[in-house]
Amino acid sequence: MLAYVIKRLWQMVPTLLGVVLLVFCLFHFFGSDPSVILAGQNATPEQIAAIRQQLGLDQPAYVQFWIFLKQIAQFDWGRSWATQEQVSHLFATRMPATLTVMLPILILDTILAVPVALGVAYVRGSLTDRALMVATTVALSISFLVYVIVGQYVFGFQLGWFPVQGWSASTWVNLTQYSPLPVLLAVMVGLSPQTRLYRSFFLDELGHDYVRTARAKGLTEDVVLFKHVLRNAMIPILTNVGLALPGIFVGSFLIEVFFSIPGLGREVLLAVNRSDYPVIQAATVYLAMITMLINLLTDLAYKVVDPRVTLR
Amino acid sequence: MNVSQVAAAPRSAGVWLTAWRRFKGDRVGMTAGVVVLAFLLLIAAAASGLVASQWQRELAVPNAPPTVLGPRAAEDAGVMAGAESKVLPPVDLSDIDPLAPRYKEWADRAATMRNTETVKADTLRLGADRLGRDVLDKAIKGTQISVFVGVLSAVLATLIGTVLGALAGFFGGKVGDFLEWLYNVFTAIPDILLIFAFAAVLGRGVGTVVLILGLTGWTGLYRQVRAEFIKHSGREYVRAAEAIGASPGARMFRHILPNVSHVILVRMSLLVVGFIKSEVILSYLGLGVPIDQVSWGTMLAEAQSELILGYWWQLATAAAFMAVFVTAFSLMADAWRDALDPKLRGAE
Repeated sequence: MLAYVIKRLWQMVPTLLGVVLLVFCLFHFFGSDPSVILAGQNATPEQIAAIRQQLGLDQPAYVQFWIFLKQIAQFDWGRSWATQEQVSHLFATRMPATLTVMLPILILDTILAVPVALGVAYVRGSLTDRALMVATTVALSISFLVYVIVGQYVFGFQLGWFPVQGWSASTWVNLTQYSPLPVLLAVMVGLSPQTRLYRSFFLDELGHDYVRTARAKGLTEDVVLFKHVLRNAMIPILTNVGLALPGIFVGSFLIEVFFSIPGLGREVLLAVNRSDYPVIQAATVYLAMITMLINLLTDLAYKVVDPRVTLR
Repeated sequence: MNVSQVAAAPRSAGVWLTAWRRFKGDRVGMTAGVVVLAFLLLIAAAASGLVASQWQRELAVPNAPPTVLGPRAAEDAGVMAGAESKVLPPVDLSDIDPLAPRYKEWADRAATMRNTETVKADTLRLGADRLGRDVLDKAIKGTQISVFVGVLSAVLATLIGTVLGALAGFFGGKVGDFLEWLYNVFTAIPDILLIFAFAAVLGRGVGTVVLILGLTGWTGLYRQVRAEFIKHSGREYVRAAEAIGASPGARMFRHILPNVSHVILVRMSLLVVGFIKSEVILSYLGLGVPIDQVSWGTMLAEAQSELILGYWWQLATAAAFMAVFVTAFSLMADAWRDALDPKLRGAE
């Protein structure tokens, strides 16, 4: 087990280097000159030259790449160009708001989609199944944007069930007052694709021989479904949740912008609009790291769910 | 092999013909196909300037409602009742006004200019937006841009994914390892962040959106094409082609590619739907279509502030256009998949 983990971690190194290289090349060769962005509109050539020297931009590309690598290894990203805030501080302060919204979304999505999908897969081909599939197709075709616009208007403005938008310093108030509306809307949107996907997993499992065997030896349908089918379908479901997990750290950009939630997603978008390169670079590299670690954890979780899995 | 022998053998139906037969039998798929075709005709008409070429003209009063609702009451239009009750008598200032001597000259000059009084409509077929532009025209023009972005970026992503997938699957070895590494790098970064990073350096505009979505969205297709090429490259017909001296390029793109093209087509149609949705979100976030052009995304972005004032028609029109097109296109793509690649049936 430990050998496996070490091997996987070692394999991450080239990928991570690739991510760093990609980010570096993208900003170095295609991005506009940071010194011009930093100096502002009324800068003299001397000022620009001074900033170039300060940032090391007058060095050859490989030296700059080395500096970039050292920054990453030391977790030192310097300050945001726009606000002079430490990038690490910025991440630490924005992360809680993102998690307050995104964790409930992921948990509710999974808790709701799994039983619904198992239910419709069980009655495959029936009117309920077909109606639900048509409903999800239509639901999927409407843009997420329409859901949040209409949802905010109806639930927040017209019915007044939730505050239209806002955020407070207290996590409890945020969880009970401000996040329910975005969570509700995101779950409404996420449920359709999840249900369709999980349904296909369950259908796949229901067609296997072991299900017939289980029924033949007289097990009740409950045992067949919940002990046999559900457990076997857990692997693809886990993969899917694992794939969605890194997303909760950046959050849904759309939700955070729309509901003015001071999370990481909104901060990164702001950085994109301000050409605030350190923030974007840091977000990209760290999220790649988190994604790879979560993939590893997902693979380890397979072992827990299915003892037959051998980790190689 | 003798040509006459080949001709004499009963010709089996090709993959495309059997697929077409299967597709024809799928009523849902056919209906969806007809709807998509109608949209494509509309887009062709809009692109050639037959319809909606004047979408930027301000034809009506701001936020004019749809015709079925009838014109809005005066106070809703922003005219306050009783505002005209207190009119002060005009005061003669001509003795102290330094500009007074020239008023007559200016009035004469103004009289020589042509001055057309435009009558702004009170209602339009599907209402008007904040500037009085026709929502229906905007929706048609927006369809053109949104579908254009979706299709073009899907084509770009497909090209990248197919070429890289073919190389990785066919050659394997060092090339394969390198491309796998590239794939790992691209999938290690969450999609939306990758899009943002590209947007940060590439700027804004329709062409940029196509480029961003294409450059970031090829990974899924790459994976599938690679798997297909690995499967096919060892098959007998490919070895036979090698034996008669076909170059690697010819074997990849003349022999194997036609045999996996159905997989690629299905994947590409799924990409179109995804990219159309992405364009909407990107445009809302201000990273997509610029404001002097119209797409479903920019329409929805405008609609947010209109809805709060009760002007729901732009939102409804854009959402309806998009929902109908995307539903029809996904149903058609599903039917294509079932017809072309029965093994994939039921998969998402």
